Amino acid sequence: MRLKIILALSVLSGLILAWNLHTMFLAVPDELNQGAIFRIIYFHVPAAITSFAGFFFAMFASVGYLIKKDLRFDSVAASVTEVSFAFTTITLITGSIWGRIIWGIWWTWDYRLTSFFICWLLYVGYLMLRRAIDDPTTRARLCAVLSIFACVDVVIVWKSIEWFRTQHPGPVLSIRNGGGMAPGMEAPIWWNFLALIMLATALILIRMRQEAMQREIDSMRRYAHAF
Amino acid sequence: MTFLRQALAIAGKDLRSEIRSKETVNASLSFALVILMLFSFAFDPSSDQVREIAGGLLWLVYAFAGTLILNRSFARELVNDCLDALISSPASGAQIFFGKCLANYLLLMVVECVSFPVFIIFYNARWPARWALLFLVMLLGTWGITVIGTLFSAMTVNLRLRELMLPTLVYPMLIPALMGAISLSTLLIAGEPLSADDTIWFKLLAGFDVIFTMLSLALVEIVLVG
Repeated sequence: MRLKIILALSVLSGLILAWNLHTMFLAVPDELNQGAIFRIIYFHVPAAITSFAGFFFAMFASVGYLIKKDLRFDSVAASVTEVSFAFTTITLITGSIWGRIIWGIWWTWDYRLTSFFICWLLYVGYLMLRRAIDDPTTRARLCAVLSIFACVDVVIVWKSIEWFRTQHPGPVLSIRNGGGMAPGMEAPIWWNFLALIMLATALILIRMRQEAMQREIDSMRRYAHAF
Repeated sequence: MTFLRQALAIAGKDLRSEIRSKETVNASLSFALVILMLFSFAFDPSSDQVREIAGGLLWLVYAFAGTLILNRSFARELVNDCLDALISSPASGAQIFFGKCLANYLLLMVVECVSFPVFIIFYNARWPARWALLFLVMLLGTWGITVIGTLFSAMTVNLRLRELMLPTLVYPMLIPALMGAISLSTLLIAGEPLSADDTIWFKLLAGFDVIFTMLSLALVEIVLVG
């Protein structure tokens, strides 16, 4: 059943992505000031939202582990964090490419970019901590605490755009009262968001399957050592 | 009251053992001096540039020197299984944590208060006119470093790669507080007026301290005991 869901999600997200690529390259015109490069927003913003959503989800899974002490919650948190981490990397890379064309620089230390990079570093720490602890329950416990701490930092990042005047463009999506984009231009962002969320879910399900197998192998190994 | 009494007992124990051995404070202080000296090779110490980056220099020194103190905070309890004895004592995880926080805070403040005049002398900076405000920034920023550092010290105490993991985890977490402290310190050392926009950094520092103190007190039992 799970395999079928993974397959369905992957195929569907692939189809939507293909359709979106068609729309954004052939149907949507170049932006007035930025030209063709503005299309990177169709991946940049959905990847950023997906990664944020993932980190929040991972925090809830971590809280779930701390309450229930069920290792399945831990594997959800670990899988979601790993996939979100990949999307954070995508956000940083696409943002950097856009910045090179529009600002003329690959990177600038404005507060929001810095904060996003901090988030990336925080979750590097999370992934390193996971590898540094051998005992599954200790690993789950400490990583859950770290995930909660890291998520608080994500909140600071999220609020930063309102707190500080930055070089980063202000909100452009209509739900955040940005309203800077024509409706025809904005729609592919949401379609891409849907596609990326589906892709992320498929990846998370695959990763969770690996975690479940790892748990099984570990318990078999312990069982074998007992004799 | 019992909470504070137990926490103070833990803090007293840590400070007493530190005063007797002086191992951490001495190491931290000499490390701070080494970093201050190394910065003089990175740029021309007599230039006006120093004023512009004074806050950054200071807080880098404090954060680096602080890690030495924080690294030892729980690691020193590993000998003779003292950590297990502490955990099985009537003091709760939060009390042990808070006591250790207070001791680390005091030690780090001592290191900061000694290295600050040295910084002023080495880099020809003027003693800030609004030193009380700068001291407030130091108090707030150092509490942030201490709370996060002590919790992560408890988290990493049993790891093989303890010395590597602590800075890797602590520094990214600290950056919002360090940014606030650096911005304010630079302005105060340069003697520039604080605008209304700059008060956001005070709010950020205070908010950071409150949020992470609460979070740490709530979660430390899980970290230490499970």
